[in-house]
Amino acid sequence: MIAYIIRRLLAAAGTLFVVSVLTFGIFYMFPRLAGATPETLASRYVGRSATAETVKATANALGFYDPVTVQYWHWAKGIFVGADYNLGTGVEHCPAPCLGYSFISRTPVWPDLLDRFPVTLSLAIGASVLWLAGGLAVGVLSALRRGTVLDRTAMMVALAGVSMPIFWTGLMALSFFSYRWGLFPGGGSYVAFTENPIRWAYALMLPWITLAFLFSAQYARLTRAGMLETMNEDFIRTARAKGLVERDVVVKHGLRAALTPILTIFGLDFGLLIGGAVLTENVFSLNGLGKYAVIGISDQDMPKIMGVTLVAAFFIVLSNLVVDLLYAFVDPRVRLK
Amino acid sequence: MSFLEVKDLRVHFPTDDGLVKSVDGLSFHLDRGKTLGIVGESGSGKSVTSLSIMGLHKAGTARISGEIFLDGQELVGATPDEVRALRGKRMAMIFQDPLSAMHPFYTVGHQIIEAYRVHNQVSKQVARKHAIEMLDRVGIPQPDRRVDAYPHQFSGGMRQRAMIAMALSCDPDLLIADEPTTALDVTVQAQILDLIRDLQREFNSAVIIITHDLGVVAELADDIQVMYAGRAIEYGTAEDIFDRPQHPYTWGLLGSMPRIDQERTERLIPIKGTPPSLINVPSGCAFHPRCNYASLTGGASESEVPELLDIGDGHRVACHLTAEQRRKSWETDIKPKL
Repeated sequence: MIAYIIRRLLAAAGTLFVVSVLTFGIFYMFPRLAGATPETLASRYVGRSATAETVKATANALGFYDPVTVQYWHWAKGIFVGADYNLGTGVEHCPAPCLGYSFISRTPVWPDLLDRFPVTLSLAIGASVLWLAGGLAVGVLSALRRGTVLDRTAMMVALAGVSMPIFWTGLMALSFFSYRWGLFPGGGSYVAFTENPIRWAYALMLPWITLAFLFSAQYARLTRAGMLETMNEDFIRTARAKGLVERDVVVKHGLRAALTPILTIFGLDFGLLIGGAVLTENVFSLNGLGKYAVIGISDQDMPKIMGVTLVAAFFIVLSNLVVDLLYAFVDPRVRLK
Repeated sequence: MSFLEVKDLRVHFPTDDGLVKSVDGLSFHLDRGKTLGIVGESGSGKSVTSLSIMGLHKAGTARISGEIFLDGQELVGATPDEVRALRGKRMAMIFQDPLSAMHPFYTVGHQIIEAYRVHNQVSKQVARKHAIEMLDRVGIPQPDRRVDAYPHQFSGGMRQRAMIAMALSCDPDLLIADEPTTALDVTVQAQILDLIRDLQREFNSAVIIITHDLGVVAELADDIQVMYAGRAIEYGTAEDIFDRPQHPYTWGLLGSMPRIDQERTERLIPIKGTPPSLINVPSGCAFHPRCNYASLTGGASESEVPELLDIGDGHRVACHLTAEQRRKSWETDIKPKL
């Protein structure tokens, strides 16, 4: 078991390394493919009145003339020990972990990410609790009452949920529940959990429900399929043969076995949500990581975009790792290899 | 009344292709301390019978009629809850493949404890001790350690023993073993059969052993019922069936069985044809299309369903051949070749 954990940790570290190389490579390559030179890149950071020498000097100071491997090395090193950016107007210090320095807003990227992370995390946790509870329950019931009106209705609603784009459901939800009927606060009303847990939950309820509607549809279908398969297994018949009540057969024997693939998918979904809840955060004006990515893209601020990409990748790798470890915990057959 | 009485059991499954008559008029009885072997090909209705006794057919899929009495209590008409209360406690079942029949995520101990605590209000510690005792009784070494092992960590034979321990944890009066040794090595088979016999003697339970392997019933069964196409076509003691079989199908089964204790210089005699469709069961005697002697009955085999009739001392056979015809065929055709 320990060996398994260590192996997975090493694999995760390796993946993160590859991701960092790829991310850096992409953000290095694309401007150059679009015809940028070190000078044009540097000129974005020095203001309008800069002379050609200043531009060249800035480009040099920022390492734009260095080979890509050296640039990568500086950037990667900065993640661990911090970096200094000599901009001619002064030296900007970017403390460790330095995921990049936004020359447009003149701040390191990391503190912004740190500030916004709780918002995205709140969104992800709340929504996932809702969608797991709802999706699993509906999925199990549909599987048990397969073919009935309940089953067909539930699956149709699920199909609708999966098919409707979230920016539309989100806007509809805001429009009706928030602005028309005043049941929930409108966009941009986030309150931190540490400040006021009740208002925190109240403000996030609408985005939670919107996001959960989308995901619970998927999970209901997954759970239904998994349960239908599992309830045909031999060990279900054995459980009944022992005299267990049907509820225990379904939950303790059936659902328990059907849950493992759903767990894997949940890990992936949760990890993806951390870096990718762009649409939801935009619709509901939540200042999370997704919104940050949008800001970075509209400002063409590469360090911001790179920072968010890395954080998103980190959480996907992390959630994959956690799911792998949980899987070994849940399914004893995995542990011994 | 015997401990287990089955009267005119019929189990039909409505399907899109038609009504599948898995069991069509089965009657037998079994007393405590005795073993009944139910023998037949795949599709003969053996497993369906046992699932009907246990009430394990999925609700709504099977149409069951007839009567099943377990120690006087009727099961076919009973409510699902009533039958559920009996499962594990008064009647238990072990299945063919112990690896798929046990939950892969729970330890063997947990599953035995669960079986015990369904019917006994005891603490987990008491149940755990009982589970270790059961594992010891079925011959699993180091039971106090193996109780925390998972099913996939056992070898095939040990797994089957663990399943037997689980089935017997509440001291049921009836044990149904559905092909308990089919998935095991031959050497392990013998051990498992010995175990079942020893436990039967200890608990004085009634045992039904379902198998297609005549060697298994020769070891274990007091009485044997041969099934074909959902009906019993011969019933008798083990001696009756092996030494004095009366039905052509039984002859076929014995003839197609390889024997290690006899010198066979002739080929095995397979039963010609294929098992019948249970939706379109052949008219009259279901076996007649495959029977070498159907022509001797003057058309009765095609038109009339033979009754299971007693031909002496409880030995029953469902066949239109006269006793004389049977004796002659047995002496001239079958016995020399066995």
